[in-house]
Amino acid sequence: MKFVDEYRNAELARKLVDEIHRITTRPWALMEVCGGQTHTLVKQGIDEALPKGVRMIHGPGCPVCVTPLEQIDKALAIAARPDVIFTSYGDMLRVPGSTTDLLSLKARGADVRIVYSPLDAVRIAAANPDRQVVFFAIGFETTAPANAMAVAQADRLGLDNFTVLVSHVLVPPAMTAILESPACQVQAFLAAGHVCAVMGWTEYEPIAERYHVPIVVTGFEPLDLLEGILMAIRQLEEGRAVVENQYARAVKREGNHKAQEAVFRVFDVGERTWRGIGTIPASGYHLRPEFAKFDAEARFDVGDIHTQEHPACIAGQILQGTKTPLDCTAYGVLCSPQKPLGAPMVSAEGTCSAFHAAGRGLAAPTAFPLYDLARPLGEARG
Amino acid sequence: MTARSDLRAGAPDPAGSGAPDPADSALPNPANLVCPAPIPERARVLLGHGSGGQLSAALMREVIGPALAAGSGAAGSGAAGSGAADSAEAGPLNDAAVVEVAGQRLAFTTDSFVVSPLEFPGGDIGELAVNGTVNDLAMMGAQPLALSLAYVIEEGLPIDELRKVTESVARAAGRAGVRIVTGDTKVVGRGAADGLFVNTAGIGLVAPGVVVGADRATVGDAIILSGPIGLHGIAVMSIREGLDFEVEIASDTQPLNVLVATIVAACPDVHVLRDPTRGGLASALNEIAAASGVGIELREERIPIPGPVHAACEMLGLDPLHVANEGKLVAFVPAASADAVLAAMRAVPEGAEAVGIGRVVADHPAMVTMRTIVGSQRIVDMLVGEQLPRIC
Amino acid sequence: MCLGIPGKVVEINDEGPLRMARVDFGGVRKEACLAYVPEVVLGDYVIVHVGFAISQLDEDEALKTLEILRAIDAQGVAMELGSMGEDAAPPTSAEAPA
Repeated sequence: MKFVDEYRNAELARKLVDEIHRITTRPWALMEVCGGQTHTLVKQGIDEALPKGVRMIHGPGCPVCVTPLEQIDKALAIAARPDVIFTSYGDMLRVPGSTTDLLSLKARGADVRIVYSPLDAVRIAAANPDRQVVFFAIGFETTAPANAMAVAQADRLGLDNFTVLVSHVLVPPAMTAILESPACQVQAFLAAGHVCAVMGWTEYEPIAERYHVPIVVTGFEPLDLLEGILMAIRQLEEGRAVVENQYARAVKREGNHKAQEAVFRVFDVGERTWRGIGTIPASGYHLRPEFAKFDAEARFDVGDIHTQEHPACIAGQILQGTKTPLDCTAYGVLCSPQKPLGAPMVSAEGTCSAFHAAGRGLAAPTAFPLYDLARPLGEARG
Repeated sequence: MTARSDLRAGAPDPAGSGAPDPADSALPNPANLVCPAPIPERARVLLGHGSGGQLSAALMREVIGPALAAGSGAAGSGAAGSGAADSAEAGPLNDAAVVEVAGQRLAFTTDSFVVSPLEFPGGDIGELAVNGTVNDLAMMGAQPLALSLAYVIEEGLPIDELRKVTESVARAAGRAGVRIVTGDTKVVGRGAADGLFVNTAGIGLVAPGVVVGADRATVGDAIILSGPIGLHGIAVMSIREGLDFEVEIASDTQPLNVLVATIVAACPDVHVLRDPTRGGLASALNEIAAASGVGIELREERIPIPGPVHAACEMLGLDPLHVANEGKLVAFVPAASADAVLAAMRAVPEGAEAVGIGRVVADHPAMVTMRTIVGSQRIVDMLVGEQLPRIC
Repeated sequence: MCLGIPGKVVEINDEGPLRMARVDFGGVRKEACLAYVPEVVLGDYVIVHVGFAISQLDEDEALKTLEILRAIDAQGVAMELGSMGEDAAPPTSAEAPA
């Protein structure tokens, strides 16, 4: 694949690893806030190839993982209704709510459909005028332009059976919240390349300056990540703290204005609760009042939602980067991709799932009895 | 189909106080936990149980295997499969069973085909059924002889489609050199079958001295893959509703009995043969590693993945190692025979792109690892449930 | 976040209310919306996320990045392809690089 394969060149990868080793003289802690980057780092073993003192802390970059439990429970309540066709990106289907998940509802007969693009959800609505079609609009800023277009299209088509359940989250406020936290050990950030392709990087300049942290806008292929890490460490070693752009082939400082306009026509900024972290002001998108008729939360009375997180799940600390899955007593035992307790184990790019898929911290081959949560590891093999 | 009345409309019950699902009554009580856990769907079969990954394996191990064993124990001698691998504990999960009949070793297999749509780039359900069963027999080192063919047809299926599929079956059987010797036809009401379900069973003969099985992988064995992976799965996915993309690739469904014959001729002591279908290469290798109690080490750069498969996987966020194949096999052979086997495979069309992808090791038994391009080792796990496309 | 991959615009459809395109991702073709990249023309590369082109790929920058990487001082690169973490057994021809 052009513009992909070149950035996976093994020889260049090892050269970059060597260069990182060559210039690093002190321990450093870097954070990436992008699940796609977490996935590549862990899957390719990049974090393990870095110098011993360089630590990659995996931040809350997985929008699936940080979607508040309350929103998941609302989605489940809506999807369970017989008059609803519930559409969603594939990522959300296995995320556990308080008592069940979308995939299980689907197994029980609920009309839950995976869509690749939000426009597909609009098409479904247009094709099924007698059913209510709800789209689960999650994501970071990268996905907002697409989700916004779905609402705009539905408006243009005059669809009265289409609504969205919104759960958008924003990266810069999360970064700031992490930097403000007293336990923060992060000294530099890799900024999410596609978030910046849409939003540009002007929002990160005040952060770099105020907290004196280098921020490098980084892509997703192994060479991108290695180069981004190299650039960040160079800044750290030299005592600089500015925003740099590693992902120059896709990102410009001002971002994509057309996309930004579309987003702000449909959404405005408001507070959001991040699962496992808490409420962060001005950290999410909500539908503007003129689009309120497309708000699924207004159209469906979902009643009282009582959320219940699993007590053994330390997703919050994982998402903030203060703990790793290896610190979790449930990891690999009670909690696995087959029987996830929390979102970071479900999403393909959640930290726990990335670790598990790469076999980190799993001493023995994992066997997952279907029904017995308490049976110790390894006993189930026939 | 489950009635919609099962679903709670409107507000859900507050967590933990809802009436328990009757199907759950026989299961361990999770109430010992302080707060109710998010309960995975334990009491019903999920689509993921058919994906060929961990859930499928768990279903076999936890439900089907024990139920068969319990049934045959109670009934005494009446159970099918007198003495041969008929329970989960007796033998590894092989593609076919080998039973002794009058001094000969007969391989016997069955498979059901539920692909939808019935026709996909590169083939149809008929061809898939014949090739799939022929290959299950071939993976035991057997020469396929005869197949049975059973249809469960959904009311309303156009007769032309049925004819077309059956002609496909005949062509595929001819190509593989097997005969369809018996069959059955049932029709069910609309909605009860996805157009057409096909079941085939097959028998074949295993030559003396050939002992192939998932538990025979030995430390030092070379692992040879017959060609590029991911073609079938992506071809089928490309026409699946909701995904809809065009690819320049077609399913790789084909019979592998000729390829297997050349492998056996070059190395009668071939240890393992497996065609990685649902669950992909990763799941097949994990099953073999577990059955043999050995470790497997792969090299990422050696595994051939066609450009369009790679691109489709990138687009959907899938791992090519988990994508289904229908005309490929992996062979585990003693290291000393690797070169000969490779040469033999490359001499026939089905094995033209055969390549060594790794070896069997004593380390990390039952685990498959892979060296990445960066030089690190990572574990290659089985597919968990159904492969779902993702945006992140 | 976020799965965005580069593809080449091979067909453009201006007929509907939204500017749509057929994009080729290394042999896989899929529809994508070009509403957010109005300056893109046939043959350009775009980054597509959930069916929308969110950015045009700058080919010059892409090549520049690769050049910079290649130019990194090769001093200290002792490791040849294939030797990192190699086990003791020499590869058979079955494993030799093609």
